Amino acid sequence: MQNPMPERLLYELSAPGRRGVRLPESDVPEADPLPKKLRRDEPAPLPEVSENEVIRHFVRLSTMNHHVDRDYYPLGSCTMKYNPKLNEVVANHPWFADLHPFSSTRYSQGALQVLYELGEMLKTITGFPAVTLQPPAGASGELTGLMLMKKYHQERGQGERNRVIIPDSAHGTNPATINFAGCEVVEIPSGADGTLDPDALRREADDRLVGMMVTNPNTLGIFESRITEISQIVHDAGGLMYLDGANLNALLGFASPEKMGFDIMHINVHKTFSTPHGGGGPGAGPLCSVDKLDPYLPTPVIREEDGTYYHDWVRPKSVGKMHGFYGNFLVLLRAYAYILATGKDGLEAVARAAILNANYLRVLLQSDYELPYPDRCLHEVVFSADRQAKHGVKALDIAKRLLDFGVHAPTVYFPLIVHEAMMIEPTETETKETLDRFIEIMRRIAKEAEENPELLHDAPATTPVRRLDEATASRKPNVRYEN
Amino acid sequence: MANVPKELKYSEEHEWVRVDGDNATIGITDYAQGELGDVVFLELPEPGEEFKQGDSFGSIEAVKTVADLYSPVSGAVTEVNEALDDAPEKVNESPYGDGWLIKLELTDSTELDGLMDAEAYAQHIEQE
Repeated sequence: MQNPMPERLLYELSAPGRRGVRLPESDVPEADPLPKKLRRDEPAPLPEVSENEVIRHFVRLSTMNHHVDRDYYPLGSCTMKYNPKLNEVVANHPWFADLHPFSSTRYSQGALQVLYELGEMLKTITGFPAVTLQPPAGASGELTGLMLMKKYHQERGQGERNRVIIPDSAHGTNPATINFAGCEVVEIPSGADGTLDPDALRREADDRLVGMMVTNPNTLGIFESRITEISQIVHDAGGLMYLDGANLNALLGFASPEKMGFDIMHINVHKTFSTPHGGGGPGAGPLCSVDKLDPYLPTPVIREEDGTYYHDWVRPKSVGKMHGFYGNFLVLLRAYAYILATGKDGLEAVARAAILNANYLRVLLQSDYELPYPDRCLHEVVFSADRQAKHGVKALDIAKRLLDFGVHAPTVYFPLIVHEAMMIEPTETETKETLDRFIEIMRRIAKEAEENPELLHDAPATTPVRRLDEATASRKPNVRYEN
Repeated sequence: MANVPKELKYSEEHEWVRVDGDNATIGITDYAQGELGDVVFLELPEPGEEFKQGDSFGSIEAVKTVADLYSPVSGAVTEVNEALDDAPEKVNESPYGDGWLIKLELTDSTELDGLMDAEAYAQHIEQE
């Protein structure tokens, strides 16, 4: 089948015998070959291409792809801030990058010190006294957190507790985590202003509760102003409060999750602390918690004694290991570099600028787009395409049209409590000029929706591929390459 | 404007019921399929499973979201629309016809009185 993409695959570029590198004949004796049953009968069918073909292929692809190094990326709830290149310089330093995972504690003191100090910094930022850096991504952090919460109840003879409450605006990972941890999801409706409703919570808070998972600021970008009352209700029922740390960017430096009454939280370092996680690449989802959950944190934890760092494996109540070694070290190293380079005052400035930028968009775009929850927001704002829907234009059409202007689309159709939702998170790293350009584009699209809706239905027109048939791709997925 | 056939009963969760004696056929409304967009997968129960009114009997996955399906009446499943396994698009193309989801044997026909008629449902979706 002819590949409809504008760039051919490496397999299609392949020609027999072509090579990128020619190695000299080996001048040392060959090692014993692998046993025959472990060897391939014939060589793997890898593409045969020259070095410059490979380089050009990936450079061409990189110019077709949208990324934060190329232009604005206001994808809500994802905190697509610019990732400073200093992080890469540090992570690529051979003293870190070439460190063997099996190096002894004695010869990996520097790496252990980085991890220990990063843990201490995260404790300061969140206000919690305990930390693990081991979970390899946010969702894994959530699962680890739920396992800890269950273990806590089991140890107290209350292992029959099985229910976890979430609001109807929760991130999709929350119910998924609750199910995966073997608990029951209990969803409560948000109040009229989009925030948590203490009365709705009281109706469900009883001795069956493992706890509650909350995102603060919530997925509308609004701060949960009654969070201490909410925490109290859950604690009175014997439950624990879990903070989904996806929106930590809005709290940095001036609000403490621990003081809000949370017992445990995960941190998405790829959001708040500018580490890469693209295409589902390696991530890190550190967990911070109150003291009473410390005994259950995954093994090992890193300790320091008289300037020497070591793994503490003796943790009889731990939930066990969540990942190989101690998580994804080079990702954590980037977060460490970012926090050190930004500094305490810098982190607070990050949150303030992120909040200012989101409110700038909120105020200037509400003349053109419906704003169902008009309260002052923190780091992100959720509009609705309801006004445009009267002209037959949906949030999806607006999202696709944005691509024509070289801007990434916002998150659409989430949170579920907003009809035709468009969730916009500008982050602190964008200039006023970029935000003004985005406002101008969004206003132009609102006008197009009234005057020429067909233009939006046909968008995007200028991207390497036009609108993709997502329905057929989901109904009849074809993920196998056949030549 | 969404199609709301006169002869059916409707739930607030946008399911419809067609009654024939003790048998009820259940699907989602034209309005619901329009809101969901292109349906790509359905998780439906097995014949014999029993549901109470308001129970979740499965889920429906569209490109943009996944939603629970709620039974508008109580009963035991007698038949499941297996054609949807290969052709979930029937829910979009014909929500009141080939896109039906399950058939139930009713256990309490008085529950039907609590459902909306076409006029009330048309008003309900107007307010959504």
